[in-house]
Amino acid sequence: MKLLTVSLRFALLCVLAIVFLAPFAYMLAFSLKSASEIFSGSLSLLPSSLDGFVNYSSVLFERPLLLYLMNGAIVCAAILFFQLLFALPCAYAVAKLRFAGRELVLGLVLLGLLIPIQVTALPIYAGFAQLRLLDSYAALVLPFVSSAFAVFLFRQFFRTMPDDLLDAARLDGLGELSIMLRILLPLTLPAATAFGIFSVVSHWNDLFWPLVVIQSPELNTPPLGLIYFRSAEAGDRYGELMAATVVVTVPLVAAFLLAQRRFIEGISLGALKG
Amino acid sequence: MTRSALATASRQLGSAQTAARTEARIAWILVLPFLAGAVVFLILPCIGVIAMALSDWQLGDSNIRFAGLQNFIELWRDDIFRQSAANTVFYAALVTPASVILGLWLALLIESSSIGRAFFRSAFFLPVVSTTVAMAIVWEFLLHPSLGPVNALLSAAGLPRQSFLSSASTVLPTLAMIGVWENAGYNMVLFMAGLKAIPRDLHDAAAVDGAHRPWERFWTVTFPLLGPTLVFVVIISFLRSFRVFETVAAITQGGPQRASEVVLFTIYREGFVYFRVGYASALTVAFTALLLTLTIVKFRFLDRRVHYS
Repeated sequence: MKLLTVSLRFALLCVLAIVFLAPFAYMLAFSLKSASEIFSGSLSLLPSSLDGFVNYSSVLFERPLLLYLMNGAIVCAAILFFQLLFALPCAYAVAKLRFAGRELVLGLVLLGLLIPIQVTALPIYAGFAQLRLLDSYAALVLPFVSSAFAVFLFRQFFRTMPDDLLDAARLDGLGELSIMLRILLPLTLPAATAFGIFSVVSHWNDLFWPLVVIQSPELNTPPLGLIYFRSAEAGDRYGELMAATVVVTVPLVAAFLLAQRRFIEGISLGALKG
Repeated sequence: MTRSALATASRQLGSAQTAARTEARIAWILVLPFLAGAVVFLILPCIGVIAMALSDWQLGDSNIRFAGLQNFIELWRDDIFRQSAANTVFYAALVTPASVILGLWLALLIESSSIGRAFFRSAFFLPVVSTTVAMAIVWEFLLHPSLGPVNALLSAAGLPRQSFLSSASTVLPTLAMIGVWENAGYNMVLFMAGLKAIPRDLHDAAAVDGAHRPWERFWTVTFPLLGPTLVFVVIISFLRSFRVFETVAAITQGGPQRASEVVLFTIYREGFVYFRVGYASALTVAFTALLLTLTIVKFRFLDRRVHYS
């Protein structure tokens, strides 16, 4: 009886997993099929010939997909770099130092947690248009450099650190800056990694803001590039289109499969942000 | 003697004051970069969007007039907005319960299974990590009326082919199905964290007290203790599904016949395609008011959840 329920549950999980993974399986399968096979409407997951590899060589070498990936990498790296650069010192100050404006900064952080980019998009767009900043890497990066969410997270984290540790360091003659760099930063690494995963995943996948500010195809981020590729270049070459979706999806999925626990940790942090 | 003690005391007080002042100065230096960014990209735009909502501004227009609540009145009367709001609520009303129940079910199944836990968790979480736009394009192809495998299966089973995404009656439920596929794994992970916080002894105690079937133990122990997590996950799911944009922008563009028009897409089109800034800002303000209310409720529950554990 017990064995029966256990195996039933397992079978159920397997069926559900197949349903959840089916789109990925078909994405891979169709990315390897030739156009004629796709139009024959076959359901098989295995391609009938090796002709489909041409989809990948075409997507990677004749179309600007790699450029889009590189844009994505540059933008995500720049955003994360500034977010950490701005948020870590701020979070430390808010968590460990006494100063008159602390409540003000905390209020600002709370507001930042509540307001998504879609709310501030119009005025930022208008401002960028005035400053002729639209359609540039700067336009993609700047609105995200001050991450309230990062300050919020790192503040929680710094608060759990005992003051004695910092006082001992001060007695040893370390200044605030070296306390931050040499003592707190190494301890912050796990929290920073989780935040980094959250930040990179959300900005790599974001469509809204790039769609708003980018006009030139050569500045496309991966999601925007995919949409552009589909409407401007792919036509009815579905094999190529599927190969392109594979290429865009692979970096994050591969990273996820390599560090599953960290990814789940990092992404579920987003639940706090809403 | 007393005088020198006084002098020492005042010197100490003085140095304590200087130390406090130095600390405050350092704090301000550390806070400044973030603060500057937040003022430019958060505070000013927030004020801006409210001001724009009260104006008749169209981008590129050099004279801006104060329009009072005119944009909001127009919004209230606008059929497109009504449809868009109704669609968004309908979409969220489909995705929220389905992805919450599926997420909870997946979490319970995985918790009670002894083999392959890590594999199943990753399998169900995979859609969360994948680029939404890419998967939207994949789904569009899977559901393609003539070439897609789903319709091939349907016709192999002797059923009529469906044009899931290009017919006004099926487009929203289809997008909602994709939304559930994308969000269930996220909810599952949140539920797994909630389940982990429930002590095992309670299940054993319930078993001793006569709750022998797992189903009974679920309703007497797990479900009540999971309550705060459940509310939290419901709110998160609603917030997430209410902000649906990617699948609509990538696949349907709000069509056919505005059947999949959703609020964020309407804001995007009015503001950044038609440049009706005043109107789009009013739309944004209305949308934000609702989001804020929900988010504040969420934080209330988050507090309670933290106290539970």
